[in-house]
Amino acid sequence: MSTTMETIKDHGPGHHHDHVDRSGPPLVAMEDISIAFGGIHAVDHASLDLYPGEVVALLGHNGAGKSTLIKILSGAYKRDSGEIYVRGDKASISNPRDAKAYGIETIYQTLALADNVDAAANLFLGREIMTPWGTLDDGAMEAEARKVMGRLNPNFRRFKEPVKALSGGQRQSVAIARAILFNAKILIMDEPTAALGPQETAQVADLIKELKKEEIGIFLISHDIHDVFDLSDRVVVMKNGQVVGSARTEDVTKDEVLGMIILGKCPPGATPGPGAMKD
Amino acid sequence: MSEATSNTTPARSSPTIGAGGGFKGFMRATEIDTRMLGMIGALLVIWVGFHILSGGTFLTPRNLWNLSVQTASVGVMATGMVLVIVTRNIDLSVGSILGVTGMVMAVAQTQYISPFLGYDSGLVWIATLAVGLICGLVIGGLQGFVIAYLGVPAFIVTLGGLLVWRGAAWWVASGRTIPLTDDNFKLLGGGSDGSIGATWSWILAAVAIVLILVGALNARRQRKRFNFAQKPLWAEGFTIGISVLAVIAATIIVNSYLLPGPLARRYAEANGLAVPDGGLEISFGYAIPVLLFIGVGIVMTFIARRTRFGRYVFAIGGNPEAAELAGINTKRVTMMVFMLMGMLAAIAAAISTARLSSATNAQGTLDELYTIAAAVIGGTSLAGGAGTIAGAMLGALVMQSLQSGMVLLGMDTPLQNIVVGAVLVVAVWLDTIYRRRAA
Repeated sequence: MSTTMETIKDHGPGHHHDHVDRSGPPLVAMEDISIAFGGIHAVDHASLDLYPGEVVALLGHNGAGKSTLIKILSGAYKRDSGEIYVRGDKASISNPRDAKAYGIETIYQTLALADNVDAAANLFLGREIMTPWGTLDDGAMEAEARKVMGRLNPNFRRFKEPVKALSGGQRQSVAIARAILFNAKILIMDEPTAALGPQETAQVADLIKELKKEEIGIFLISHDIHDVFDLSDRVVVMKNGQVVGSARTEDVTKDEVLGMIILGKCPPGATPGPGAMKD
Repeated sequence: MSEATSNTTPARSSPTIGAGGGFKGFMRATEIDTRMLGMIGALLVIWVGFHILSGGTFLTPRNLWNLSVQTASVGVMATGMVLVIVTRNIDLSVGSILGVTGMVMAVAQTQYISPFLGYDSGLVWIATLAVGLICGLVIGGLQGFVIAYLGVPAFIVTLGGLLVWRGAAWWVASGRTIPLTDDNFKLLGGGSDGSIGATWSWILAAVAIVLILVGALNARRQRKRFNFAQKPLWAEGFTIGISVLAVIAATIIVNSYLLPGPLARRYAEANGLAVPDGGLEISFGYAIPVLLFIGVGIVMTFIARRTRFGRYVFAIGGNPEAAELAGINTKRVTMMVFMLMGMLAAIAAAISTARLSSATNAQGTLDELYTIAAAVIGGTSLAGGAGTIAGAMLGALVMQSLQSGMVLLGMDTPLQNIVVGAVLVVAVWLDTIYRRRAA
């Protein structure tokens, strides 16, 4: 078990103010993960965990290793060493399909939509609904797409158009719909609000609160603390591929977290990781 | 006929699609693709233009029938080239694959299959075609493997293939021309024997009309099942009517091309018919290669629009990274696209070899360029992700119309090339403008 996890448990259930139940095994635990690209340690012995209904913000500068760490979880990269546990059991994740089988869904910063096909085709990409004759059941897929989009973005009407014709917020809601359509348990959102206007950002915030209620665990990846601080129960900061530390949001201030991001300095309210600045 | 990429009809939750006013409303209600309409318009302009310039010899049953047969070979390959280009690749080797598979089929038939099965065996043509298809599949698979798994750009792999397979074609028969031995196989090339006659042409037309009606009914049922917006009835009637009229017109045309006197007499003798005083009126009907072309077009449209594979091909073209992240095995799909292309080149080889009654060393030379041109004129975007099979088929017809029209006018070959080249560039330029305005 990683130091991060042990220490969080040391706080004990009685100290909870954020209504996250951390008594059972974590939804997902990444332990001692490392990956190097051509000699550069993009992620260096990093550990990270997430509990049901919890929102964990993974923060750090560009190049801190947060996106790389999370891409290992989503199956886009293969780790060099370390283990991933899902609900306490060791998980083998070597491609995006494996991750999805464990209920891990990712919304990439680029949204990863096929721009030339419509919303329904994107929602079901790789998991199409087929007719009994083995052909695509576009009608059924569109009907499902209308249902889920109706929940997320009731004003959405443009089901027949390629998604490149949609606005930024509409594209975002297609990407989110795709992630939750298949009963995701663990949701990874990479810079979820970076490309959105204030109104659309508020929409995403509401959505995150909804998903929390459904006991879905969410990782929010961001380089900007202001985007995610108020949404998260816990922050984990990375720097130079290492975890600087983690803290419950209520135990630290934004300025203290900024200090972690910029200087790697752990405040008293946080649990230091291997990347914390040594005094 | 519009792929997922070009369907721009916004459906409402109301029971029928709001038609709106004017031309735009009309197009929206009928769900006709404007680009397709533009191409049909361009084709008609070309046809009427040549008809006038040639003094009334272009729009004759004989010329149109020949045009349909001449389009078949490149047209078959263009349907596959659409998928290749949609995945952001290119295949410069199809002409050479046509050459080598044609040669392999001819040699296999004359030296192995016919002697083994017997010269009048009805299975020879099937065995020959199977050999060709496997050969095309293997060649396409090999190229696809190098492109998808070894990461060599398709342009380079197929440029190499252009030389390799042309060389291989020479090597198979040391540059000799190999005449075919099997008469059944020759039917694949058309001609007076390789046509199905008036009666069968009408039967096929009737089947086609029934299929059009069933298709429209099925589409309505699907929309009803999910309570989607329906096409207004008048629009449904209009599109069905136009399709049915097109089928009937095409059938009338191919049926009014009659066998010339001596051939008709030979046909009458062979079939024990009495020759009446007024001479015989025996129709060609649809040529077998044309039916093969249409059949390939239908199958390819089905693959592109109704199968998982087709969906993945378009998704990869739209965003390869997204397709990969969605769990699609993009390498395998890419390799399969090239395998399919190889098989289509083999079908094209069967058509052109049968038409010439022999395999020659130069067969298919420059066909890669006509194939790519047909796909691109037909609205396939070289940036990937967009294109339709039907568009490429029409594109092939446009290219062939230009060529045969110019031959009919007695234009010199160099001038023909200049015109074809210029038309290709202008067509893509117009398409670029269209796309920019549509976006």
